[in-house]
Amino acid sequence: MPRPFTPKAITANALLEGDVIYLDHSGQWVRDLRQARAFTEAEVAEAALAEAAKDGMVVGAYLTDVKLGEHGPEPTHFREEFRRTGPSNYFHGKQESKEAEAHV
Amino acid sequence: MYKYNDFDEAFVRARVAQFSAQVARRIDGSLTEEEFRPLRLMNGLYLQLHAYMLRVAIPYGTLNSGQMDQLAHIAETYDRGYGHFTTRQNIQYNWPKLPDVPAILSDLADVEMHAIQTSGNTIRNVTADHFAGASADEVADPRPVAELVRQWSTDHPEFQFLPRKFKIAVSGAKADRAVIKAHDIGLYLREQDGEIGAQIIVGGGLGRTPMVGKVLKDFVSLADLLPYLEATVSVWNLLGRRDNKYKARIKITVHEHGIEDIRARVEARFTQVKPLFGGIDMAMLEEIKAAFAPPAFREAATEAYDRAYATDPVFRAWADTNLSAHKAPGYAIATVSIKTPGQTPGDASADQMRVLAQLARDYGHDELRISHEQNVILPHVHKSDLPAIHAALKEAGLAAANIGLVSDIIACPGMDYCALATARSIPVAQGIATRFDELKLEHEIGPLKIKISGCINACGHHHVGHIGILGLDRAGVENYQITLGGDGTEDMVIGERTGPGFAYDEIIPAIERILATYLELREAPEETFLMAYRRLGMAPFKDALYPPKEEKANAA
Repeated sequence: MPRPFTPKAITANALLEGDVIYLDHSGQWVRDLRQARAFTEAEVAEAALAEAAKDGMVVGAYLTDVKLGEHGPEPTHFREEFRRTGPSNYFHGKQESKEAEAHV
Repeated sequence: MYKYNDFDEAFVRARVAQFSAQVARRIDGSLTEEEFRPLRLMNGLYLQLHAYMLRVAIPYGTLNSGQMDQLAHIAETYDRGYGHFTTRQNIQYNWPKLPDVPAILSDLADVEMHAIQTSGNTIRNVTADHFAGASADEVADPRPVAELVRQWSTDHPEFQFLPRKFKIAVSGAKADRAVIKAHDIGLYLREQDGEIGAQIIVGGGLGRTPMVGKVLKDFVSLADLLPYLEATVSVWNLLGRRDNKYKARIKITVHEHGIEDIRARVEARFTQVKPLFGGIDMAMLEEIKAAFAPPAFREAATEAYDRAYATDPVFRAWADTNLSAHKAPGYAIATVSIKTPGQTPGDASADQMRVLAQLARDYGHDELRISHEQNVILPHVHKSDLPAIHAALKEAGLAAANIGLVSDIIACPGMDYCALATARSIPVAQGIATRFDELKLEHEIGPLKIKISGCINACGHHHVGHIGILGLDRAGVENYQITLGGDGTEDMVIGERTGPGFAYDEIIPAIERILATYLELREAPEETFLMAYRRLGMAPFKDALYPPKEEKANAA
């Protein structure tokens, strides 16, 4: 029996800022993992990755494991947790922009 | 200090123009990422976890105040207001945006700096003893040789596509402060029969397969140095393994072929290469040497220093830990700690950089150095100026009196920034420094080098830390292995692993247990941690780290 497929999101870095990005349901790149599309079938995920990787404005697209949380996909590994948050020594990166959004 | 000649200036400007056009072509889609990647790496631009990272070369760790001011300007204008000094005497910016990079490189070129050969399979930025030209124990200033090597290796047509990266370091002092034996080639300048030359060390390195460098040749005169280096790199360029990047470094080539075989090949190649140099290298070296003439040291009384030392305990504590012996009477070498407990090792804010630049201008003959231990040095300060310097450092949050102590920790960026990392390093360093600051045990413990790497590549030099910490990913959680007894000096030793690793929340208590054991078992305060470890061996530290099962059960 094949191993069950762990849900995946497609992630990359934006060409201009280098910021971590995710592919959403409409095929747009978004900055928040919670808005990412979670793929539950291997072939669909692979096909979407092949298509997404053609985008010249993104770098290094790959599939990453996610679990499905209440507010959307969540990381399963600490590396992806840092990627969606930012560094732990300064309040820089995504955590900072989230804070800014929260105060809008 | 070395000043760019017309050739250097034209070369760096041409490269800025070239890379600016490449960036533009990448953004408009004419270049794919696959095509662009090697081009950006040739110019020090990496893509890391959260953003791009630009690594700027600080050749042999030497800067003047204008350059430091410019680094501050770049940090503020294009980045997040700070820079990270690295274990290779470079500075890294963690948040540049791709469209800004050409402007950053242009700003660097304005002060004779660049990011060339800070990445890729080339001869990387040459490093040197950070006390070069100042230290009392110096035989010869390593910087002229390092600059000669920089000029020779920059854009060297034969060495742009080496099997792997190649790192050269130079020391001209009795004490090795530049981890010479952990480099692909290390040079110890020494005097023989009244002539200056170099002992050539080859095949050292840390990373996945740590190796202590071996003596390739005991003495090579300066006249033969560049041809000898060229012969060595070219032998490796042909022999080095390109089939497996983990076996490509020269340390593996030396290990697989044996030092005698490599020596014979280098000697044979040297006889071919030597006639091609024709003495131009020595003419250049003479010119370079003139640029590194010592500053005009002044003769003055040191009463201001003596008075502050006698009356101000805070100043005295700083002077005791952060000053080193200078070759000129009345002078000292002042190391400014970029390791204030709780802060990120090696990170300086733009404001702090400006303070350092101003101090160099006012009191330091306009010179600054970056150490591989991620601190900043004012190499030439008259002792009478030290109280004023200390006061300014205090105001800038740069007066930590901890050089060579438990909180003076080397840490790579780790998984907070680095795409290669397997675990975080920075918060571990912050945690250890903060903990021992709270315990007020730092001075009690005395000289100690803790070095932390967030992956096996060992940018944090953990193998040669008295206590080394290596962060790994074990089944999806951060796990930290400890090594003890490493030594990065001329008597280099690779540290020994204690046993199984520790979880993120266990690593600081583990370090505490090691140091409590040391304090308990040392014969006298004069016996340093490293001395005690060499006498006692691993056993008592292992016992402290891994108590027998019954004890564990009782404790639970």
